Amino acid sequence: MLLRFLKLYPLYFSLCLLPLVGIVIDMIFDNLGADPVQALHIRLGDWSLRLLWLTLFITPLQKITQWRGMAQYRKLLGLYTFFYASLHVIVYLWLDQGLAWAAITTDIIESSYIWFGVTAYLIILALAVTTPKAMVKLLGKNWKKLHRYIYIASGAVIIHYYWQLKGNMAEPLFYLIILSLLLLFRLAVWFKNRQFTKMMIPTTRKIRVVKADAVRVDQTLAGRSKGIVIEEIDSDIET
Amino acid sequence: MIIKTHKSIPSSEITDPAVFKQRRQLIKAMLALGITGSGIYSGFADATVVNWQNVPKGYQPKAPLTATSADIAKNHTNYYEFSFNKTDSTTLAQVLPIDPWSVEIAGEVEQPGVYHLEDLLSQQTLQEYIYRFRCVEAWSMVVPWIGFPLASLLKKVKPLSGAQFVQFTTLFDPKSMPNQADNRMLEWPYVEGLRMDEAMHPLTILATGMYGDALPKQNGAPLRLVVPWKYGFKSIKAIVKIELLKRAPLSTWSKSAPNDYGFYANVNPDVPHPRWSQSSERVLGAGFFTPRRKTELFNGYGDEVAGLYSNMDLRHFF
Repeated sequence: MLLRFLKLYPLYFSLCLLPLVGIVIDMIFDNLGADPVQALHIRLGDWSLRLLWLTLFITPLQKITQWRGMAQYRKLLGLYTFFYASLHVIVYLWLDQGLAWAAITTDIIESSYIWFGVTAYLIILALAVTTPKAMVKLLGKNWKKLHRYIYIASGAVIIHYYWQLKGNMAEPLFYLIILSLLLLFRLAVWFKNRQFTKMMIPTTRKIRVVKADAVRVDQTLAGRSKGIVIEEIDSDIET
Repeated sequence: MIIKTHKSIPSSEITDPAVFKQRRQLIKAMLALGITGSGIYSGFADATVVNWQNVPKGYQPKAPLTATSADIAKNHTNYYEFSFNKTDSTTLAQVLPIDPWSVEIAGEVEQPGVYHLEDLLSQQTLQEYIYRFRCVEAWSMVVPWIGFPLASLLKKVKPLSGAQFVQFTTLFDPKSMPNQADNRMLEWPYVEGLRMDEAMHPLTILATGMYGDALPKQNGAPLRLVVPWKYGFKSIKAIVKIELLKRAPLSTWSKSAPNDYGFYANVNPDVPHPRWSQSSERVLGAGFFTPRRKTELFNGYGDEVAGLYSNMDLRHFF
């Protein structure tokens, strides 16, 4: 029952739109305070940050719970991160700066906190563009490498947040602690896997063929693998 | 030579004081009912009977500026003693006891002493000064302050020849100021300073009111500094001490982050803050589709004050 509730894709899709609905309502009823453009800008930024953090939360969640099919939620949250980040950028360029490119250039050059925002956005943009299946196929192994840049983006986001403040650290610190926990989890998993891999590497250069049907496959692999035991469990045998 | 004519601000451009009054009456009513907790309320308007609404115009070198709506000016304050949130200070500051209030004048003066605010004010003529207020956070508003030139107070207490700088100190009252109680972010009480010639400049005022009424507590009641060509943090609120010094005082922000905030803090679009640009500012109350405004050197008061810094490298003395 719980699992079924947790896997309601349309529910999550709509939930991610709620912050935007809230912001639009506040815009209509003039509830954004004395500096509405900045309030709008900050709220969109806050939501893209929160969604980025949720995106990073999916993999640990999957590892801990062993739930399958979580990738689609990671993709959903990642794309919503991109959606809110894009609105954040549009508000800056259009409402705040009035598309005055010379002024925008000066502002970006002189504001180091924006450099980190730009870095984060360019990474998130690249990740969003490479989301379609065709792009995944095209990039092959590099896709995973590229998508690891999300860690750099999240670090840049934290600096972007903290550096525009005059010194009140509470909120950026809160997000930094959560990010650190999420990254620590990955580090722990990576370390554990590394230890495990070490144990798996035998000292001989022998190839053990488990099933006779798989000889052809193993021969091709043998060239590449240096002494790693290949346990061929081919589903072809059953079919 | 260009001879400037100084038009006065059309009264239509300033928020209707009636709207303001209503809000004050509402607060008074709430206080009377004990809603806000503090039993004491007094703008010193009640104590000294100032006619806030017919204040003559003060020194106005600039072309007329349109005042920002009072509602914005009253609910968008950086009063870190109370809160780091600009709207929260509006309610939090209401507990501040401002009556009676005294100001200590000390240091290099002939007549040092602790003065009752009423006594200091009785010697001054209140005037209205409509200034642009530019925050270091790159936003600005236009406020019709009511006050008097700092110079006219300093002349009364007679500075000695050794007086080169003026140091101002905000009230230290951890009972009503939560961030002072918790020792948060800055070293309290807040301290600011001016060079003597800056302090004596006719644009530099001490404000006791705004928008045709007594100064609201969140805006620095009962007495605050306003130096229109400098970033807002120089314009210290709730002043309890004015000390004339031989040497430059260390202001609170300079002490906390010397690379970010200098002693002078003159508004300057060409000298960015280490982490953000100062080239433009968001004009509060301008609406959604009005882009930022280009920041002017000395906040537009260059004709009047540039001479104070004629031989100085403004990048070094930021």
